[in-house]
Amino acid sequence: MRFRTYSLLGLFVFLRPLGNLSLAWGTKHFPQVLELNPAVYLRAMVDPFVALGIAMLILALLTRMALLSLADLSFVLPVTAIGYVLAALFGSVFLHETVTVQQWTGTVLIFLGTGLVGTTEQNTTRQLGKSA
Amino acid sequence: MKWILLSIVVTATALSDLLQSHEMKRAGEQSVGARGLARLLRTIAMRRYLILSIVCLAISFFAFMALVQAEPLSFAVPASASSFILETVLAKLVLKEEVGLRRGAGALLVLGGVVLLAR
Repeated sequence: MRFRTYSLLGLFVFLRPLGNLSLAWGTKHFPQVLELNPAVYLRAMVDPFVALGIAMLILALLTRMALLSLADLSFVLPVTAIGYVLAALFGSVFLHETVTVQQWTGTVLIFLGTGLVGTTEQNTTRQLGKSA
Repeated sequence: MKWILLSIVVTATALSDLLQSHEMKRAGEQSVGARGLARLLRTIAMRRYLILSIVCLAISFFAFMALVQAEPLSFAVPASASSFILETVLAKLVLKEEVGLRRGAGALLVLGGVVLLAR
């Protein structure tokens, strides 16, 4: 059970930042401004990087839904925050965004918080968690 | 405009997660193998609150797309993560999850980390 939870967790924390990276790359190179016009969004979705990002984020969503069938929301939220560390790292490496010492300190806190939450019981409402 | 977009992202994400957590626990254990994904998609199609959660997520997603175009990824991603504090409180109050000392302290450490990352 715990192995299954952490397998889904591992898949999710890599899929989401990679999806976000691809999405950010595609939207930043898209010639029009994305605001409230649906037609502009649809045109943006044809961009290969935006499309790849959306595909990875859909798979990440399904993985997270499966994860929520096994573990509490208040467990999943902090432990998946480790993905934000990867997002900062990818932003720095691939999009050349500046990551300061303060931001790296933030990543250490996220690591510590994630580790602490990881030691708690993953499902505290187990009476609802029986297989259908 | 960026704060309006961020508010939409946070509110819609929190609502989506609460609905998903409640419904997925009721649906039973799921996986993401080939058969698991098919079963998961059937589960989503049969549960209206899961469909509503995806509508909320879509609203959050489109607001997020506009946000990442205008702002650095290293701002947009951690800033939108502020929703998890609201969600942790709602998980305790609405979903009746046990948020003990370790989980609460861990969530606060993550919040501190996210705030530092967002600057």
